[in-house]
Amino acid sequence: MSNAGFLKSSIGKKVIMGATGLFLITFLMVHCFINMLIFFQDGGETFNKGAEFMGTNWLIRAMEIVLFVGIILHIVQALVLTLENRKARPVPYEKINGAANSSWYSRSMGLLGTLILMFLIIHLKHFWVVSRFTDHIAHNEYEKLPGQETLFKEMMEVFENPMVVLVYVLAMISLTYHLLHGFQSAFQTFGLNHRKYTPIIKKTGIAFSIIICTLFASMPIAMHFGFVK
Amino acid sequence: MGGTTGKNINVTVKVWRQRNKNEKGSFETHDMKGVSTDMSFLEMFDVLNERLITEGKDPVAFDHDCREGICGMCSMYINGRPHGPKNAVTTCQLHMRSFNDGDTIVVEPWRSAAFPVVKDLVVDRAAFDRVIAAGGFVSVNTGNAKDANNILIPKPEADEAFNAAACIGCGACVAACKNGSAMLFVSAKVSQLALLPQGKIEAEKRVLDMVHQMDVEGFGNCTNTGACEAECPKSISLENIARMNREYVFASANEKK
Amino acid sequence: MASSKKLNSNIPEGQLELKWTTYRSTVHLVNPANKRSLEVLIIGSGLAGASAAATLAEMGYKVKVFCFQDSPRRAHSIAAQGGVNAAKNYQNDGDSVYRLFYDTIKGGDYRAREANVHRLAEVSGNIIDQCVAQGVPFAREYGGLLSNRSFGGTQVQRTFYAAGQTGQQLLLGAYSALQRQVGMGAVKLLARHEMLDIVNIDGKCRGIIARDLVSGKLERHFGHAVLLCTGGYGNVFFLSTNAMGSNVTAAWKAHKKGAFFGNPCYTQIHPTCIPVSGDHQSKLTLMSESLRNDGRIWVPKSKEHAQAIASGKMNPNDLKEDDRDYYLERRYPAFGNLVPRDVASRAAKERCDAGFGVNATGQAVYLDFAFNMKYKYGKTEATKKGIENPTEEQLTEFGQAVIKEKYGNLFDMYAQITGVDPYKNPMMIYPAVHYTMGGLWVDYHLMTTVPGLYALGEANFSDHGANRLGASALMQGLADGYFVIPYTIGEYLSEEIRTKAIPTDNEAFVKAEQDVNDRLNKFLNIKGTKSVDHFHKRLGHVMWDKCGMARNAEGLKWAIEEIKKIRSEFWSDVRVPGTANEFNPELEKAGRVADFIELGELMCMDALHRNESCGGHFREEYQTEEGEAKRDDDKFAYVAAWEYKGESNFELHKEELKFDNIKIAQRSYK
Ligand SMILES: Cc1cc2nc3c(=O)[nH]c(=O)nc-3n(C[C@H](O)[C@H](O)[C@H](O)COP(=O)(O)OP(=O)(O)OC[C@H]3O[C@@H](n4cnc5c(N)ncnc54)[C@H](O)[C@@H]3O)c2cc1C
Ligand code: HEM
Ligand code: SF4
Ligand code: FES
Repeated sequence: MSNAGFLKSSIGKKVIMGATGLFLITFLMVHCFINMLIFFQDGGETFNKGAEFMGTNWLIRAMEIVLFVGIILHIVQALVLTLENRKARPVPYEKINGAANSSWYSRSMGLLGTLILMFLIIHLKHFWVVSRFTDHIAHNEYEKLPGQETLFKEMMEVFENPMVVLVYVLAMISLTYHLLHGFQSAFQTFGLNHRKYTPIIKKTGIAFSIIICTLFASMPIAMHFGFVK
Repeated sequence: MGGTTGKNINVTVKVWRQRNKNEKGSFETHDMKGVSTDMSFLEMFDVLNERLITEGKDPVAFDHDCREGICGMCSMYINGRPHGPKNAVTTCQLHMRSFNDGDTIVVEPWRSAAFPVVKDLVVDRAAFDRVIAAGGFVSVNTGNAKDANNILIPKPEADEAFNAAACIGCGACVAACKNGSAMLFVSAKVSQLALLPQGKIEAEKRVLDMVHQMDVEGFGNCTNTGACEAECPKSISLENIARMNREYVFASANEKK
Repeated sequence: MASSKKLNSNIPEGQLELKWTTYRSTVHLVNPANKRSLEVLIIGSGLAGASAAATLAEMGYKVKVFCFQDSPRRAHSIAAQGGVNAAKNYQNDGDSVYRLFYDTIKGGDYRAREANVHRLAEVSGNIIDQCVAQGVPFAREYGGLLSNRSFGGTQVQRTFYAAGQTGQQLLLGAYSALQRQVGMGAVKLLARHEMLDIVNIDGKCRGIIARDLVSGKLERHFGHAVLLCTGGYGNVFFLSTNAMGSNVTAAWKAHKKGAFFGNPCYTQIHPTCIPVSGDHQSKLTLMSESLRNDGRIWVPKSKEHAQAIASGKMNPNDLKEDDRDYYLERRYPAFGNLVPRDVASRAAKERCDAGFGVNATGQAVYLDFAFNMKYKYGKTEATKKGIENPTEEQLTEFGQAVIKEKYGNLFDMYAQITGVDPYKNPMMIYPAVHYTMGGLWVDYHLMTTVPGLYALGEANFSDHGANRLGASALMQGLADGYFVIPYTIGEYLSEEIRTKAIPTDNEAFVKAEQDVNDRLNKFLNIKGTKSVDHFHKRLGHVMWDKCGMARNAEGLKWAIEEIKKIRSEFWSDVRVPGTANEFNPELEKAGRVADFIELGELMCMDALHRNESCGGHFREEYQTEEGEAKRDDDKFAYVAAWEYKGESNFELHKEELKFDNIKIAQRSYK
């Protein structure tokens, strides 16, 4: 077997899933940290600085490419695995009592992932496309050209729509559940299962999923209801 | 009766019937009246079959042998769970006192592409044998062994190897998994032998070969849902899957080719 | 007495201790090139079959393995709990090859062949070495060394074990060695195949007829030699601790084609099994012998109490100490609850027959842990905890924890099967059929009276005499497969190197297949009114009542007639559904039960002719005044080997047993 063998093997595919998943998790942390800057209550000044740094630093830009590769790998691999898994049970059961042996969200990673993907498309269209591929976003309040808006203002505008807020909140709920299973699952995939440390990993995963997703969800809510100025 | 709880209940059994691998199957419903709660689940099927035979009908085929939870032959998917509603028991150890009067019990065969149906509730699990043949052994010929106590094995490792070796090869893990993955079964053997000094020597080749065979057989991929561990009649631990993942990654990295 | 001329045990000359060593170094060998063209068929994949198959394939022979289960790993050896004996003397308690040899001969009540048993003891140590090398996870001490426990009938600790799953672990070891050869293409595996006849050509066994159980097709297989490793026939009693599929068919077919059947009546009844709970009962479950270390066996002293308990009007825990009869302690003060299996079983039967049984069927006695729980373990634990005057509740609580640690899995199994919590109530137990010492007669080479046909493991009669000691069956199965047959088969096959594979269109094959086919169709065409199980249960009742724990001439004569009736009814009124060209478990069962019926008759004849009591064979006419077994060494120190001469017609041949190295003595446990 060669390395291609590894990547083709069921375990290899899972390792890619786990690696990209964990990578996305680190991205979530960075992303969340930057976005938290909106809560400075300074009309988005600090946040805009952060956004500018993220948008111009070459390392971050490079990472952005890696990030996209990561997401795509994660999604492609998810698709491959899901299709293979379907094939492994051609005749379905008449009656399934899954709740007796596993959590519903661990059995629904594909569905949760798809919801996240749908959200990602909307989300990227809202902000990333606008800031990268149009001239619509100004770096800060002082340099903005006619017709331009800062990212902060853009967010305030987008989140005026309650439907958008709802979509974001639902997406974050999906992400919570995706990570409730995914976080600890990735460690298991890498073979890190230990009687002493796994409970810690599991607790960390739960805390992480809930905290990160709550923070993310709090942003559109706060903006919508005007808690952020 | 020697038993003890001695009640009688009525249940309805909805059971999968399929003549052979190639024909399509369907469900058949039977009313079972006055079933003693001291009966085992399989004895309830014995009674049903006895009735079918005297009525001139074809009895329900199901696999079983030891009827004491060790051979791994029995394999019924009962009311949505492999080996039925009780944890850590095989179908043959399940008793009718685990059911209530008036219950409808749906009984299906293990469903997996790698376990084709032979007849009714009987499936072909030869895929497991082939996985073992691919590497689930220590390569030692008879007569080559040195004195047993020349190999010292720390008790914790010996116990852990034993726990992994307790797998009875029933396939409930595959049946329970939403992906039809055989990781728990394969990892139990990989772990047992990787934990022992006798097996370490060829551990890398073993894990590569066994996982390869597992994939060839058409089992699904693992999502770490833990359903296998929860349904395993011998409570084989997920730690074994982690160990196999680890072994596999290192073995792949080390592979010279 | 002289041995029959038809029986040559082929025991090598020379001193007992040197026989095997000398034999091994002088036996004919087959060169590697010739091995590749010699084919061996192995029927059965239990400890005997799997170990033989792996080893012969390693040596270079072409091997085919057959088993009726879906995987070789499921052979009934998997169910053995307690352990495997070996004369390693790791515990430094004075064990030796001679002592294991001696214990086995004595345990078998002096009805086994010295040379075979000595060889068994000699190779016992190698078994443990081999299994450990394969990765069998035996129990270990903290220092990393192997652990031992003691078993009934011995004074040393020589039993190796893997929790309560020793048979499973040993079998999985042999199975993995077998699968390794399958993977290398040296063994062809035919699971879900049942052997239905042997094929003899020019006086030698040359192959078998097998049925593919999935497709129903009959197949012919040629082999230069055929090994029957098909296990025991305890299921002739319908209820036993054997697996549902365990059967005598392979051995019986061989018997009908010339292989003599040795000591068919020697049956081991295990004293501690879960009692029958009702007519629906399909099999019995063993509760390990080790429980008798801490459980006290009793029944009420008065029948009134027994009836009150059996009908549920009285709780056994409420019965006063003085009203309980600890009958083993009463009858055998020296060994108490730890008397050997046959003695304990008979004593339970005696009490129940006298009307003291404690369940509705009247066939159960108590195995009670309460006393030791409280006063042995509870007290010790309390002392350890520094509690000087513990309450009864405390004693129970502490004791329960210890019992749980020691026997937790057995207690769980008991609770699962009976629905009763054994921590709170005494366990109910009753003896059950467990093992058959009888089997195909074999010589020192393990060859039957048909040249080229061998029998290994529980399928042969060889090493346990009239009673098997605990943990010796696993030892024998593996000894036969790993260490004996690889040498002894060379003696025969070295003469066969010029025999070309016989094409299976040879008329002997054609005829054998036709016969099998006719028989299958006969079952299907009877189209009677009763299921196979119906007849099996009836046969079982007769065997259990008349040829079980206690036998007498009158009962046996009645049984022989009754079995004939069952047979004729079977052949006129059985109903076997389905066809022969499909997966048809009822058809499989029909074939097995038909053979059991014939065997049952022979067992009763054997039991009837043996006018003595020995080991598992207890004839009520031959007992001491205290009700103990009385052997008759002058008249019956022989192996009874029966030759098939047509329906209900068997001729007895005797192989005299000579004891040159052991002094025969009466067993006493008082
Ligand atoms: C519950 C229980 C507990 C026990 N505990 C112990 C213990 O602690 N220690 C001990 O030493 N012994 C113990 N024994 C006894 C011991 O397990 C058996 O005697 C021994 O394992 C028999 O091994 P075997 O290889 O001869 O046969 P088995 O393991 O019975 O194998 C028989 C094989 O033959 C095959 N077969 C049979 N008929 C056919 C046919 N017609 N065609 C094709 N294949 C066929 C079967 O498929 C199977 O593979 C116990 C027995 C029982 C029942
Ligand atoms: C920010 C977004 C995401 C993060 C942080 C994330 C994280 C993770 C993590 C950590 C895992 C566990 C990997 C393992 O078990 O080894 C995982 C699994 C999975 N993810 Fe994601 N994911 C994200 C987005 C997505 C998307 C968009 C999809 C699909 C379209 C998806 C589909 C899946 C699936 C199907 C699995 C389960 C794979 C399996 O084990 O079978 N995920 N994810
Ligand atoms: S791991 Fe458990 S469920 Fe899977 S085959 Fe082994 S015993 Fe059965
Ligand atoms: S029949 Fe053997 S495990 Fe159930």
